[in-house]
Amino acid sequence: MSDFTSNFWHWYVAIISLVSIVGCGVLLWVQSKARAPKGKAELHGHVWDDDLTEYNNPMPSWWMWLFYLTIVFALGYLVVYPGLGNFAGTFKWTSANEYEAEMQQANAQYAPLFEKYLKVDIVTLSKDREANAVGQRLFLNSCAQCHGSDAGGAKGFPNLRDKDWLYGGDPATIEASITNGRNGVMPALGAAIGGEQGVKEMAEYVRSLSGLKHDAAMAAAAKPKFAICGACHGADGKGNQQVGAPNLTDDIWLYSSAAEEIANTITNGRGTNQLVPGQSAMPAHKDKLEPAKIRLLAAYVYSLGGGMPAVAAAEAPPATAPPK
Amino acid sequence: MQAEATTYNYKVVRQFAIMTVVWGIVGMLVGVIIAAQLIWPDLTFGIPWLSYGRLRPLHTNAVVFAFGGSGLFAASYYVVQRTCQVRLFSDGLAAFTFWGWTLVIILAAITLPLGINTSKEYAELEWPIDILIAVVWVSYAVVFFGTLVKRKVPHIYVANWFFGAFILTVALLHIVNSAEIPASFWKSYSAYAGVQDAMVQWWYGHNAVGFFLTAGFLGIMYYFVPKQAGRPVYSYRLSVVHFWALIFTYMWAGPHHLHYTALPDWAQSLGMVFSLILLAPSWGGMINGIMTLSGAWHKLRDDPVLKFLIVSLSFYGMATFEGPMMSIKTVNALSHYTDWTIGHVHAGALGWVAFVTIGAMYYLIPRLWGRAEMYSIRLITLHFWIATLGIVLYIASMWIAGVMQGLMWRAVNNDGTLTYTFVESVKASYPYWTIRLIGGTMFFSGMLIMAYNVWKTARMGKPYDAPIPAVDQNPHGAVVGNLAPAHGV
Repeated sequence: MSDFTSNFWHWYVAIISLVSIVGCGVLLWVQSKARAPKGKAELHGHVWDDDLTEYNNPMPSWWMWLFYLTIVFALGYLVVYPGLGNFAGTFKWTSANEYEAEMQQANAQYAPLFEKYLKVDIVTLSKDREANAVGQRLFLNSCAQCHGSDAGGAKGFPNLRDKDWLYGGDPATIEASITNGRNGVMPALGAAIGGEQGVKEMAEYVRSLSGLKHDAAMAAAAKPKFAICGACHGADGKGNQQVGAPNLTDDIWLYSSAAEEIANTITNGRGTNQLVPGQSAMPAHKDKLEPAKIRLLAAYVYSLGGGMPAVAAAEAPPATAPPK
Repeated sequence: MQAEATTYNYKVVRQFAIMTVVWGIVGMLVGVIIAAQLIWPDLTFGIPWLSYGRLRPLHTNAVVFAFGGSGLFAASYYVVQRTCQVRLFSDGLAAFTFWGWTLVIILAAITLPLGINTSKEYAELEWPIDILIAVVWVSYAVVFFGTLVKRKVPHIYVANWFFGAFILTVALLHIVNSAEIPASFWKSYSAYAGVQDAMVQWWYGHNAVGFFLTAGFLGIMYYFVPKQAGRPVYSYRLSVVHFWALIFTYMWAGPHHLHYTALPDWAQSLGMVFSLILLAPSWGGMINGIMTLSGAWHKLRDDPVLKFLIVSLSFYGMATFEGPMMSIKTVNALSHYTDWTIGHVHAGALGWVAFVTIGAMYYLIPRLWGRAEMYSIRLITLHFWIATLGIVLYIASMWIAGVMQGLMWRAVNNDGTLTYTFVESVKASYPYWTIRLIGGTMFFSGMLIMAYNVWKTARMGKPYDAPIPAVDQNPHGAVVGNLAPAHGV
């Protein structure tokens, strides 16, 4: 595809570029003809500010050759590489082609190494040292940015080493989470819970579910309204992996256990726009990593200690979108 | 017509010369702070105004436009008067450029830490300040070219070609790149979009280097090197060729900042080949400056001012060799986004720009206060050595760190996965960042020594405005025989 909206710009770029490069050479050539007489350099004849003068030494010839050399190189380069407007260059090179070629070569070289892993189930793979070593390298470059290089998580990004899973820790679900991503949303419920006071009370109640220090009277006042929360988190607050609603009774916190932070979550909800502080989402990796690499990652995560037993396919909680 | 002025306007030169030293200290101090922040990220206690992201543009703006800019104003106002044998075109407008430029710098020092930033590198200041810059710069052009027009000397000295090209081009660069649509008083959006915006930005960015930091300082070099050496400029012919080739070719080099990006391939290729062509025109200036000293090399031994000037040319030659090499796409694939670029920039900024400025200031300051020389020559020598060692540490550590980072980022295992995570390359950089901090701190200390020396010199003398020679001593074509060096052979 042409980079130009009309052929005029092609010629505009090509002609001006060529004239400019050749023009540098002409400038040098014309000026080098005006050689100073042989022998001792003479002063050029003008004086400024008492004693500023100039010799009329010729330009050093090595310097002129260097100049000519770069000009010749430039012209040669523009014959073989794209530069003069639409002219593609005799090598027909483009940066897009080079990228594609490198990717194809890499796939041809590395794909066979990974093929074998697709034939092995995740639990078995998670006990394979070599597979885990590759998985860890993938994890450090693709996952550690959010989950930490030790997979211990960070505020808004779950710890992958514990037994607490938002969507499920069985092999198939882990793989599905990586493949398709997760977009768990907590709606803003400030008004529904009863405004500022209601939210404060609910935060105390939520803390009480994990046995944390709380104001019993406030928690009691909020208890009847927990039905609203229970729609996702369950009436007992133990969460629901079908929708990724966290268990509120285990004192494991995606954001924070502080009453103000819980109140903030209830009031404003938690969205998935990663550009907004306090929001987070798990991106889908199916377009970034091949299935075998995702499988290795799932096995690595599984091996970290939190993996749950595999469940029969029919019982597996459905992912947001089923894996391919 | 008013009576002919009898003295040169040294007042504005003195003001800018003092501020060159002051802003040099401020800008380099901020540089030292952000270098330390890379080692100790919590150094400034998480205070937003002092965060790396806000101080970094403050550092670049302060050293380029406040320190470098004040040096250029001071030197160009001094040189244009003395080589034209007339007082500045307008004292009032010259004073306006001083106070206007100072206001720009103060506004930058307030708005950048507040996070007010257009996000265009080296053009971060928001639109109201951009307008002020444009007004000050046009005034500068009027003063400079007005002075050239009323000159009493038939020919225009080579230093003034470079100052003139620098002033005209910076006006063009600033006005085109800063075209923006205000959304509020402190927020605007670029008039360009997408890759065009990036191309305009780096057309500006590279020519800020080419004209602000190169052509302007070559103007300084062409006056102060022959003056301090007491020797004629090596080759008039070379000046002509390298001047036109330099100012023409620089204009094309910007795309090398956008290698392997969405910029079309043809534009990247042109940026690369013109960057290579730029090598010889750049070296033309170095050759002309260094060869000016031929026949008087011994002066380097005991004149630290000349040391600053000549070493600046060596760094200039080194940086302008490195630049074209880094513009080669294959090399750029390794060097881009690494500390190598930072090292390259500082070879130019500390080694060339700061050294030639410091040399010129050591020449100027005594003359502006009616003294024969600086308060202490030994302190200049000390400044020279501490600064030179500082630069060497700085550049060498950044070279190593940069090449290391580039190699770490591209290393792959047998299975095609990346060998190192990004954070591992950060961790591996700490020792080099520490050496860089030491080098930078040494360079900064040199500026403090200079400030003391300047203070003592000014205290010992008193503001002096040199008389303008009454008679045109240079009738066209005459060869003046007296080439006696300024101070002894």
